[in-house]
Amino acid sequence: MRRRVIPGFGLALGTTVLYLGAIVLLPLCALLLKASGIGLTQLGEILSSPRTLAAIKLTVSMAFAATIFNAIYGLLLAWVLARYSFPGKRILDALVDVPFALPTAVAGLALTALFAKNGWFGAPLDKIGITVAYTPLGIALAMAFTSIPFVVRTVQPVIEDLGSEVEEAGRSLGASDVQILWKIIFPAIFPAFLAGCSLSFARSLGEFGAVIFIAGNQPMKTEIVALLTFIRLEEYNYEAAAAIAAVMLVMAFIMLVITNAVQVWHLRYVGRGEV
Amino acid sequence: MRKILIALAASVSIASSAQAQTPNTLLNVSYDIARELYAAINVEFAKQWKAKTGQDVTINQSHNGSTRQARAILEGLEADVVTFNQVPDVQVLHDKGKLIPADWQKRLPNNSSPYYSLPAFLVRAGNPKNIKDWDDLVKPGVQVIFPNPKTSGNAKYTYLAAYAFAKSKYDSAEKADEFVKKLFGNVPVFDTGGRAATTTFVERQTGDVLITFEAETNGIRDIAGADKYQVIVPSQSLLAEFPVAVIDKFADKHGTQALAKAYLEFLYTPDGQTILAKQYNRVNDKTVAEKFKDKFPAVKLVTIEKEFGGWDKVNAEHLNPGAKLDQLFGGANR
Repeated sequence: MRRRVIPGFGLALGTTVLYLGAIVLLPLCALLLKASGIGLTQLGEILSSPRTLAAIKLTVSMAFAATIFNAIYGLLLAWVLARYSFPGKRILDALVDVPFALPTAVAGLALTALFAKNGWFGAPLDKIGITVAYTPLGIALAMAFTSIPFVVRTVQPVIEDLGSEVEEAGRSLGASDVQILWKIIFPAIFPAFLAGCSLSFARSLGEFGAVIFIAGNQPMKTEIVALLTFIRLEEYNYEAAAAIAAVMLVMAFIMLVITNAVQVWHLRYVGRGEV
Repeated sequence: MRKILIALAASVSIASSAQAQTPNTLLNVSYDIARELYAAINVEFAKQWKAKTGQDVTINQSHNGSTRQARAILEGLEADVVTFNQVPDVQVLHDKGKLIPADWQKRLPNNSSPYYSLPAFLVRAGNPKNIKDWDDLVKPGVQVIFPNPKTSGNAKYTYLAAYAFAKSKYDSAEKADEFVKKLFGNVPVFDTGGRAATTTFVERQTGDVLITFEAETNGIRDIAGADKYQVIVPSQSLLAEFPVAVIDKFADKHGTQALAKAYLEFLYTPDGQTILAKQYNRVNDKTVAEKFKDKFPAVKLVTIEKEFGGWDKVNAEHLNPGAKLDQLFGGANR
């Protein structure tokens, strides 16, 4: 029997389950209960209305766009942070976490100020015909901003773990750069990368604070699901709000299950897991 | 379970009120763009209250979209008084929360509304798009800024004022629908509250015209300068009432009934009305109104009662989920 740091498996598990139950599951159950109070036909009506569908479509597609951006840029950032040393690296490393620490509303306000037509970035972009603030592009931008640390922070340790020996070994056996990247590095970091991307996607789906400032919030055009939920609350229409929120919950759950599955697969892949 | 919780809450509140000294703190929960107004009111009221009773009072302010504030109170924000920008948000405190009596509008003069205002326009200096009246707002290429009528009482008035204008001008409900749809089509961004819409217009330099309460348009013009903005009062607008009420349930609990009542009554005194008028709110006190009449251009005002048949009817026909506003705003009702 191995010694465990936290004593008493029963006690530790009990505490964990109780905590998760009270803090995570209970509110979610309350939400589902509220949504279940409206009956299936009405639920169908709420969810299949053009406005709800438009909001869901916009939210999912922009979350997807943000995730693609984060996937590419986040991977690059993680690579640079893990593999190179340069002056100011620690500062850069710390900056990655800023979107986590910053209140999202502040992020939203700052991004809007920068990308509005009279903003530092918005003005030159406007000249070449790109409008960011109050368009779907702005929504994707805000989502990408708030969720990029997920990709960086899941991929970075794996790259660090990988060590450069495998690369050197590959090179000494005559592999080209592309071959090394594609056959050695990428397979090793892929599961972590995928997990980071799905976390980033899940977070983008739910982002409200930052998006609300930079989205135009026009129904059918730039209205995200979270705002629609909020509007239903403003109408004192708690059931409809709960119904829409429940859809988001289900989507988030699916993303988390995928993330988990990928991580389990990863552990098996690298042969470290006990699974 | 519920009973136990209520009993618990009650015993806690009894315990805490027994410890409390003479209550001298009020929480005024108010609409989004009234920050400066109540900051000014509070200073003057506190001064007069001190002179009268010798007691120092602290009045805390909370500002946000009127409906959101009402919901916060229903969900437990213990406001002593509310000062809102539309009657339904106070009414809901009776209908859904039983926090105030049904006859709350009869407790103070003018249906418990110490001042009124109207949706007016703020345009950029020189009025480059030549905006004079509502029908200039639906022209192609004009960008109009006002908050989301689903989350802002302010914008609900804008919607209703535009609708009333179109109906009286074209004399047909279909044409009015068309008009309002076009108006919504010219709005590039719907913020959730009046102050956010002001930020969009002023700080982000987005849009050609901002529609908000006359008080706010003048306030912005004064702060930013007449060389930057110009206030346009349209030929016709909608009278917007600003209802106030003591939230009996919480005031009783806090022991602040008398103070809360005095606070709201102060709004009707010549001193209160002067502060209100100075900040460009229209007031009913004849002498004060006369003194400030140069600030307020003549305008034909329609009312919710006469034009729409009262708030119940307006809610049923226009504002409730799935009603006309939802149909015109985004084209889909749910």
